[in-house]
Amino acid sequence: MEQVNQGVRENVYPQAAQALYRTLSQVAISAVTPLAAVIVALACGAALLWLNGFNGSDVVTVMIFGSFQDMRSVGEILLKATPLILIGAGLCVAFRCKIWNIGAEGQLYVGAIAATFVGTSIDGLSVWVHAPLVMLAGAIAGAAWAGIAGYLKVRFQASEIVTTIMLNYIAIILTSYLVTGPMKDASAAYPQSARLVREAWTPRIVSDMRLHVGILVAVVLAVALYIFLQRSSRGFALRVVGQNPHAARYAGMNVGRNIMIAICISGAMAGLAGAFEVAGVTHRLYQNISPGYGFEGIAVALLAGNNPLAAILSGGLFATLRSGSEVLQITSQVPQVLVLVIQGIVILSVVAFAKLRDIIRIVA
Amino acid sequence: MSQKPFLRIDNIRKRFGPIVASDGVSLEIQEGEIHSLLGENGAGKSVLMSMICGMVRPDEGEIIYKGQSVRFNSPREAIRQHIGMVHQHFMLVPNLTVAENYILGQGSALRVINDMDEVHAKIRELSDRYALDVRPDALIEDLSVGEQQRVEILKTLFHGIDLLILDEPTAVLTPQETDRLLALMRDLVKDGKTVVFISHKLDEVMRVSDRISVMRDGRVVNTVNVADTDARGLARMMVGRDVGMELARNPANPGPLVLSVENLTCRSETGLPAVRGVSLHVRAGEIVGIAGVSGNGQTELSLALSGLLPVDGGRVVLNGKDITGLDPVRINASGFSHIPEDRHKHGIVMSMSLSENTVLQRYDQPPFAARGMLNRRMISEHTRDLIKRFRIKSRDEDQRIGDLSGGNQQKLVVARELARNPDFILVNQLARGIDIGAMEFVMEEMLKQRDSGRAILLISTELEELFAICDRILVMFHGEILGELPPDRTRLDELGLLMAGKTEQPALAG
Repeated sequence: MEQVNQGVRENVYPQAAQALYRTLSQVAISAVTPLAAVIVALACGAALLWLNGFNGSDVVTVMIFGSFQDMRSVGEILLKATPLILIGAGLCVAFRCKIWNIGAEGQLYVGAIAATFVGTSIDGLSVWVHAPLVMLAGAIAGAAWAGIAGYLKVRFQASEIVTTIMLNYIAIILTSYLVTGPMKDASAAYPQSARLVREAWTPRIVSDMRLHVGILVAVVLAVALYIFLQRSSRGFALRVVGQNPHAARYAGMNVGRNIMIAICISGAMAGLAGAFEVAGVTHRLYQNISPGYGFEGIAVALLAGNNPLAAILSGGLFATLRSGSEVLQITSQVPQVLVLVIQGIVILSVVAFAKLRDIIRIVA
Repeated sequence: MSQKPFLRIDNIRKRFGPIVASDGVSLEIQEGEIHSLLGENGAGKSVLMSMICGMVRPDEGEIIYKGQSVRFNSPREAIRQHIGMVHQHFMLVPNLTVAENYILGQGSALRVINDMDEVHAKIRELSDRYALDVRPDALIEDLSVGEQQRVEILKTLFHGIDLLILDEPTAVLTPQETDRLLALMRDLVKDGKTVVFISHKLDEVMRVSDRISVMRDGRVVNTVNVADTDARGLARMMVGRDVGMELARNPANPGPLVLSVENLTCRSETGLPAVRGVSLHVRAGEIVGIAGVSGNGQTELSLALSGLLPVDGGRVVLNGKDITGLDPVRINASGFSHIPEDRHKHGIVMSMSLSENTVLQRYDQPPFAARGMLNRRMISEHTRDLIKRFRIKSRDEDQRIGDLSGGNQQKLVVARELARNPDFILVNQLARGIDIGAMEFVMEEMLKQRDSGRAILLISTELEELFAICDRILVMFHGEILGELPPDRTRLDELGLLMAGKTEQPALAG
């Protein structure tokens, strides 16, 4: 069948038009399926709300557009998008190498701890030195934390799914211990660390908004990771290892080293996200520094089809939904659990449509 | 036929996408016989038997079992008709006991089997009757491969069988275990059961069978009584091709020694000794062939030479440099090219483009990469050049290689390996699964490479392939090189005997 179709096409279109048609149809397939996933999920959500006695379409409208009220609220969305884009883009790299890093949440926490340490224990540096140093500390810590799981996989074939989940617990509990014990701000009643010195703060973009330069860093890094994966030799090796480890070995690629690089890149991105949460938003380390960004980042990467460039958009979408649900909680009677259910449906639908996209690719 | 056949297969056809697995197979099995199915890998033996036991449904044709036309929709229906099959890959749950595995899928959601004592007793009784040494409470994961196979056989007995199908059962067994299995097959037949034995090992088939059917290219070529044939005749039937290939070739002009292998030993991935002291030499400008029925250590030999399987002992020297046990990247860099046996596993990345597959080894070397970045223009140009030179049928260099036919995929692998300018080329199954045209093309390309002074080692189970291009043919059997012959078609019989493991001169009686 396939052969026949191609034959017909070849006769009808000239070469260049054919290539264009192919590219466009590929772009269309890549773009339409995630969009369809989101629309179907929101429709399901609306139906669910309607069954619970709410005006479903109104609520969903609020969820999507409610947060676009002014510049400030857009800034808040971008603030939430920052860690989601960072983590999502990083996970794209790991997932392309078929490394199922479920530990971005823990890597984020470890990054936040390292950033807090560097931001509180050093004083007297210029902002040009101290702020980047804090980011670097977060990234290195996240990479190292992910590297533990990577090493266990390469050395002992331990499933990274299990080890990264376990490392999540360790990182989160370690944070609780630190802010109630060794790193606790002695003058505060609540479990929290001391405030980071001013120079360590991530600079804001506009002085009266919370939005900081992290969003720019996230977008630049996502683009960089896209180029890394598609255009660099190392990125090529990572993809080959992910697609066919036997062929990678045959070709002389070091499978273990590539696995380490992929998981450490995703860990560094999550660690950097943690550093931005502390240095850009809270300026202190708290027990619950992340509202689950590390897990939502997995959905971001999935919706993006493991393409870091698309993770910018899907990260933005998830941030919008998150902001919208906050608006909902304030302005309507919709219980928070229902909002969470709708978010869950979005993720399920994304996974289902990702599978569908593969099927369409094969058929097309 | 004097009696009605127990099982008759009538003109069965089965395609998987573009691959024809069964191309009009007809076969008759008599009640109470051991009937062997002999044939190369990919000849269609396993698929045929999977259709009989309900795992795969035929596209066309009829299966007549005990005088009735049957069409099984699942293995369960076949089991109910007392047909049991032991697959190459065992269908056991490792963390359950033997007895638990046997009752899996029995009963139903509403009716739970609760009398495990009865199950255990039945297993013990069957185990004693056939001397299988199977303990019903043993955990599968604690058992050796040979033991697991007995568990599988006992499973079919447990469910009750009249017909037992064994798919390459001896591939994973030691010689002692093999002897035991063959004896068991005899015992089963004595009890009135019928056995179909799938194998590609001539000696075993000769030892145990009543009748033998030889399969090739998805068809049954011939069915013979074991008394009317010998290893020599079977080898001929298995590997013979109708097309005689005559390629124009110059006499070889061997130059200096390029590859020398001394006393190489290594194990298969399952840990059994596979290569047992192989020594060979390949000179520049000659093609040395290794013939043999598959499963005699050829796979492991090529993996060990290319660094993909650990070497237990011996030495491999390429261009005077010891490359024994080095990792593939260093071996590749020493002027070593490898056209692998399993194209889809090692040779290519199916989901990637032709361009990407072309630079699988050289993705980080100039001119295809500079300062860590791929030079996509160079890669595309190079790939387009190979596509043109090797007449690879594809849309363009960005097409997924998985969309190409097997012959065109193989051409790309050959093109890539030759383009790396190797001193030595290891080829395992040059023409597997590709059409005649592509086959001739890649063979002629090999001859050109030879004439330009490269050393080539061609491992193949296709005698025609070896006769067509080799200058010397070594025969491999049970992990050893048994002998060397010139590529002379008149000595096919000698070759067949060596392939069957017979080194002494044959008595001319049979």
